[in-house]
Order: sequence, then C-alpha cells, then structure tokens
Amino acid sequence: MTTPDPLLQVRDLRVNVGERTVLRSVSLDVNAGSLVVLMGANGSGKSTLGLALAGHPAYHVLGGQALLAGQDLLAMPAHERARAGLFLSFQSPPDVPGVKNNLFIRTALNAQRESRGEQPLDAFDFLTSAKQAAKGLGLPEAMLGRPVNAGFSGGERKRNELLQLSLLQPRLALLDEIDSGMDVDGVRAVVEQVARLRAQGTAFIVVSHYLQMIEQLHPDAVLRLDQGCIAERGDLGLARHIAETGFASRTAPVGA
Amino acid sequence: MASPDPISTARALADKPQEAPLEQALQRPYQHGFVTDIESDSLPPGLDEDTIRAISRKKKEPAFLLDWRLAALKRWQAMALPDWARLNIAPIDFQALSYYSAPKSMKDAPKSLDEVDPKLLETYEKLGVPLHERAALAGVAVDAVFDSVSVGTTFRQQLADVGVIFCSFSHAVQEHPALVERYLGTVVPQGDNFYAALNSAVFSDGSFVYIPKGVKCPMELSSYFRINAQNTGQFERTLIIAEEGSQVSYLEGCTAPQRDENQLHAAVVELIAHDDAFIKYSTVQNWYPGDEHGKGGIYNFVTKRGLAAGKRSRIAWTQIETGSAITWKYPSCVLRGEGSSGEFFSIAVSNHRQQADTGTKMIHLGKNTTSRIVSKGISAGHAHNAYRGLVRINPGAEGARNHTQCDSLLIGPHCGAHTFPYVDTARSDAVVEHEATTTRISEERLFYCEQRGIDPQEATALIVGGFCQAVLEELPMEFALEAKALLAVSLEGAVG
Repeated sequence: MTTPDPLLQVRDLRVNVGERTVLRSVSLDVNAGSLVVLMGANGSGKSTLGLALAGHPAYHVLGGQALLAGQDLLAMPAHERARAGLFLSFQSPPDVPGVKNNLFIRTALNAQRESRGEQPLDAFDFLTSAKQAAKGLGLPEAMLGRPVNAGFSGGERKRNELLQLSLLQPRLALLDEIDSGMDVDGVRAVVEQVARLRAQGTAFIVVSHYLQMIEQLHPDAVLRLDQGCIAERGDLGLARHIAETGFASRTAPVGA
Repeated sequence: MASPDPISTARALADKPQEAPLEQALQRPYQHGFVTDIESDSLPPGLDEDTIRAISRKKKEPAFLLDWRLAALKRWQAMALPDWARLNIAPIDFQALSYYSAPKSMKDAPKSLDEVDPKLLETYEKLGVPLHERAALAGVAVDAVFDSVSVGTTFRQQLADVGVIFCSFSHAVQEHPALVERYLGTVVPQGDNFYAALNSAVFSDGSFVYIPKGVKCPMELSSYFRINAQNTGQFERTLIIAEEGSQVSYLEGCTAPQRDENQLHAAVVELIAHDDAFIKYSTVQNWYPGDEHGKGGIYNFVTKRGLAAGKRSRIAWTQIETGSAITWKYPSCVLRGEGSSGEFFSIAVSNHRQQADTGTKMIHLGKNTTSRIVSKGISAGHAHNAYRGLVRINPGAEGARNHTQCDSLLIGPHCGAHTFPYVDTARSDAVVEHEATTTRISEERLFYCEQRGIDPQEATALIVGGFCQAVLEELPMEFALEAKALLAVSLEGAVG
C-alpha cells in the first residue's frame, strides 16, 4: 500500500509584501486530518504564509508551489481557493457593516456548495444548522442576526471565525492566533471544534503561542519560522521548549 | 433661483489612485435597452407659444391650463440654465427637441387594457411591469406612462370605491379640473427653476392621485415611466394630494431604451399632505445611463417637492437612483404644518461616466417640525456622485430638529464623491446634526468575503447591500428585492 499524497504540499514558497521579502523559502506538507503548529517571533512570516496561501492581493508570490489536494492553489483567485477547501481564520477579522452574519455565512456556504455541484441551502435550513452550530460553540443565537463582526469584541470576532469554520467544514484550515482575545470557554470551543473536524479529515495549520492550547490540540508537528524560513521542525517538545526559553535564544535558520 | 447660498461646504474627494486590484474594465450591457416599434404622433421639434397651444389643443385642455402653460413659457424664456450643480452637461438645444410624442395607435384612447396596442403591453412585460392580474396579486395598481401619454390604469374602479382617484394627469384635467386647478403649481411654482418652468409649459402627462379624508389607500400605487421615441423630451407631472388623516404609498419606476444621443427628462412632482396625512413616495430610477464612454443616456432634471401643509403631516421620499447619464434631483419637503415631518432616504449609484448631483431640501417653517436625511452615494468607474442638501430653519420654526446621515462609498480609484451639506438656520434653539463618511470598498472586506468562497462580483453586491441597508429597509417590501437586484446589476463589472 502506498502512502497517499499530503493534502497540502508547499515547496520553496517565496513571498513579498510590497518591496519586502517576508517568506524566503517555506516548504511543508500537511496530511488530511493532521495538525501542524506554527510558531515564531513577530514578523517571522506566520501570518504571511496563511494570507499568501489564501490569495490576499497584497501578498505577491515570487516563486514556489502550493498544491491543495493536487490543485495548484497559486493559480487560482482567492474565492476559488476557498471553494477548493481552504479556510483562513483571520488574526483580525474585518467587519462587514449592514450585512447580517447569517446572510454572509449562507452566501459563502452556498457559493461553495454550488461550486461542488450541490444544491444551495435555503434560508430556513441554513438557519437551523447555524443555530445548532452557534449553540455548540456557546454563541448567542442573536449573533447570527447581527451585522458581520460589527461592534463585536475581539473574542466575539474569533468565535465568529470558529462558527464559520464549523459551518463551512473546509479540507484545510489555517487558524491565525484564533485563541487571542478568547476566554477560557472560547479556547475550549476551539479545541473541541478542531478535534471534531480533524476526525472528519480536515487538516490544520495553527498559529499560536499559547502552550496550554497547543498541548490540547495534539499536534502532529511543530514548526518554528524564523525570518521567512522554517528554522526548526519538531513535536510538542519544541513547543514546550519555545514556551520556556522564548525565541531570542534560538539559533538563526541555516543559511541565514 | 432654487439654489441656496452656501453656509458650509464639506467635500470629500476620491483618494489618490492607488495600486488597485479593484480597478477593472467596466462592462455591463443595459438591461432595458430595447426600442418599441410603434408609429408616433409627434409634434415637430421646437418650442414657442404655438407648440404650447398645440399640446393643449391635442389634449383638449380647459382654458385655465393653457393660460398657466403660457405663463410658464414666458417665465422659462426669461431664465438661464442653472450651472451651480457639480455636473458637466453638454449644451442642450431646446429648439431641437420634440415636446410631444403619443403612440399613434392610441389616438382614440383605449377604453380598457384589451384595446391597448399589444406591442406596448409587450414592452411593459419586458420591463416586468405587471399590468394584469399579477399586479392584483401584488396589490399594486399601475399607471404606465409611455413617452408622454398614459396608456392604461389598473384598478381605477377598486380605488374609486374608497374614493381614491388614481389616474393619468390628462384624465384628471378632464374629470377633476377643480382639483387640478386648485393644487397645480402650489408646491413647485411655474418659475421655481429652469426645468420646472420648462415642464410647466410643456408637460404632456403624468399621474394624479387624490386620497380623501381619513382613507388609507388600500394598495400601493405605482407608475412606470418609459421614454421610447427618439429626440423627444419627456415632461411628466405628478400631483398627489392626501387629505386630512389619509395615507398613501406611491412608487414610480423609470426606464428608457438604449440610444446613442442624449434624451431629456424633466419631470415635476408635487405632493400635498394635509393634517395627519402621510405620503410615502418611492422611486426606482433606472433610465439608460449611457455606455461606458459616456455616449448617450438620459439627462434627468427633476423637481420633486412635498408640502407638509397640515399639522403632524408627514412626507417620506425614498429613492434608488441607478440610471441616467446625468441626474439632477433634490426631492424636498416644505414643513409648514406644526409638528410635521419630512424624511429622505436615498441610494444613488453612479458607474462608468455617470454624473449624479442629488440630495434634498428640508425647509422648516412650522413649530416642532422634524426631518431626517439618510443618503448613500456609491461611485464606481469614472463616475462622480454629489450629495447636495439644504436644511433651512426659518424664524418661526421653534423646536425644529434635523438629523442628516450622509455616506459615500467609492469603488475603484477613478471615481469621486462630493458632499455639499448646506445648513441655514435662523433659530438658536434648532437642533441640526450632520454626520458624513466616505469609504472605499476596502480590500480587506472584499478579501474576507472572497476567502469564504464568495466571488468578487457577489462580494461587492453584498458589501454595497450592507452599505445601503438603512435605506433599503424603507422601501415597500415588494420593491426591496427588486432594488437590491438593480444595485447588483448596476455595479456589475465594477470590480473583478
């Protein structure tokens, strides 16, 4: 029996933001149902990796390759990458004034369903499952009727990301500091949600500095980014070590 | 002259062009650009006393109206084109226009819809105007004005049972001349402004509504206007009178075929609300805007004004303006009755080379009068959108209050939004509040939507819909969806 190809394959990815090269060379594989934790000092390129893979227009790919289930991510516009199953939980999710949360998520879900040749959900069916999901995440139902992230606290915005993750059920989810701003219950909801989706085969790349959560996530690998390169690859032990000693004491990546 | 002296002016220009992935070629075919092939009975181009006499004769009008028209012509001939709006207007040769165009097959006016030229009905069908039973199901009575003559009014009988008069203006002149004579020009006088004077001289048809005392109009009233013939101007005139304690909601929709030359539309709407009456007037204006290079399109110069004459009377204007090459329009309220109120909810979209200079005037005359203005301007392509508003508090308007919210949304680097809020208050106790914002469709919001799988087109529609939500909520329910769809269509190709 042959090992199946990794769900996500990134090879020598190089990315500029404006004139500045932020990712110098990143290669990594993530298998379906597995979870990779990405750590690194501020400015090391963690968020850039997610935004570049998701297709943010300000992030210019200079070279390299990124395949999601064999599809060339870098050749697709952002919305097609999402439809191919890539989900990015934003570090600072923006608001969309006047657009109700349930309309927003339903529009997204139906766009994805239609691209897969599935029937769109009507408002009623969607609302039923959205209410259920919200309840499971400890979110007040009223949040579905409010405009997307408008007037939401930092923690509420993150919970709203989690709600979208739970309803969109992507193949690959990049969670960029989803724990920041969240209370204890929020972090617990993240852990539960991740476990549930992983069991269904969703792969995760989680950017976090919060060791307690990282431990509960049971990562398959822990990577440390430094100056746009992967400087160290390890397991939970690496995360614990970083939490204890910080980034400053660690060696620069090879060749830097 | 209608234009006020500026007391204060705020202006928000588009930011410097950025490196913008939003910038795209703007391609959108006009959806209603078909021409109906019907013989018209038109007057030759030109405008003088003889033209007026000919129009009046064709319409078999009473003497008072001919005299009124002739007086208006005199006023108009002495007036100069207004130039204070922020609009680039190619010179208009008013002598090259024809001032009357009636479909020939209607010379003997149809007695019922069955007698209406099927081609006309087909036109309305293409426009989605429900003239028959569909309209009944929707609870809408439709008065359709095709070029200059009203072709058929549904539900006149049903409305007549409760005493509501809803008919073409010409019909009202024949059947209810006393009402017309009493109210015509009382809100928008003949000499109010250049285009109003022109309209007063040459108007050919329009709608007339009379709601008797205490009657709540049992259905939404609706008119559809369409300009078809070439080189004609359309000058319709609408007059709505709401007696004490009555209520009416009226909606007008407008379309025009696609033509390379510009066409002139200069309408006048007058509303009169007596004690405790409420008039809600909604407009969905989708005249042909011209192509992406600015060729063709309707010149839309409209004077709309409501007189809140009675105590606690209320007038609300709601408008969705997506069409026309040029829009020059300021639906206004004169708040004379004590405790009367005026509202203005507006969405104005300009794309390609469209120019819009639109807003409102709230003239507070009576005690404890209140007004509210919510204006949402959206610019895309190379279009310019100006909000121009006046809030005037006269010396007698003790306890007057106004709140104005004026937001502009820019799509792409080459468009502009401009805000000219004038406030003119003669009282120190007046409360006048003004809030204004100018925003771009932010890349972050767009990307957020796209990251969830929503394509840029739909993401834009979603964001624009959200931006307009406060106004869309004010539209009669059955038109809110239509308006949303229209917004999406108008901005197709604005981002990609």
